[in-house]
Amino acid sequence: MLLIRCPYCEEERPELEFRNAGEAHIARPTNIAAETDDDFEKFFFIRANPKGVIYERWRHIHGCARFFNAVRDTVTDKFVMTYKAGEPKPAKLPGAAK
Amino acid sequence: MAKAAAKTKAAASASVERRPALAGRTLSAPGVKVEILPPAERVSLRAPQASVAALSKALGVTLPVKPKSSAAKDGRTALWLGPDEWMIIDEAGNDPLADCAKVTALHSAVGISHRNVGISVAGPAAAVTVNSGCPQDLSLEAFPVGAASRTILGKSEIVLLRIAADVFRVECWRSFSDYVFTLLSEAASDAAN
Ligand SMILES: [Zn+2]
Repeated sequence: MLLIRCPYCEEERPELEFRNAGEAHIARPTNIAAETDDDFEKFFFIRANPKGVIYERWRHIHGCARFFNAVRDTVTDKFVMTYKAGEPKPAKLPGAAK
Repeated sequence: MAKAAAKTKAAASASVERRPALAGRTLSAPGVKVEILPPAERVSLRAPQASVAALSKALGVTLPVKPKSSAAKDGRTALWLGPDEWMIIDEAGNDPLADCAKVTALHSAVGISHRNVGISVAGPAAAVTVNSGCPQDLSLEAFPVGAASRTILGKSEIVLLRIAADVFRVECWRSFSDYVFTLLSEAASDAAN
């Protein structure tokens, strides 16, 4: 079983307590009514779906119930790091080459 | 400071008989006993940091701010569930909801006394029994006495509180209580082997 570190519970907890909540850092348009259909499609439907490092929202639903962000490798399923919701995308990942 | 003495008594219901789910059910296996706990008053409490002191004073128990912890005083326990969320359990017949109502600081207190069923798992095999369906590390180092956490037991969400080294309180939703009790009972029998 995967252990995922919850930044609010401040410890690693079993994956069964968590739920994935899609890609992170997707900013909602400030004036959604003014969006063109193409831009709305990009915002609403199109996701990066990378092979490798992905930034995701996760929720500790059967724990503290908080949403947070996680950096995960989609190839190895390894969690690189997690951080609180609202915090900026980490500039540098732990263990990553400079 | 003398406020704690002013705890409000739970209103006695004159005509309605309270029939707790699974009341009286118990299972004894070598090394562990699983039983339904008596009814208790419960509150789901949400509050920002700025309100914690006032609520703690009104409740007579200091709301814990450390993850996975609890605080207890005079039959009332406050369990940390999240950064702004607690469960209050009162087993002394007092009314924590009424105590919260006296607080003017921003908070949300919802009475959930009848939503939950409390189950006691006690004995040397208690941790093994709970671990049969709960994936958390329940060693005393990781989950010491007083530790409290919302977590999962099989397919049901529970709130787990360690009362003593070999005594756990399992809180689950009333409609899941048959499943949770049965799962713990089967686990208790297995834990003995
Ligand atoms: Zn958490």
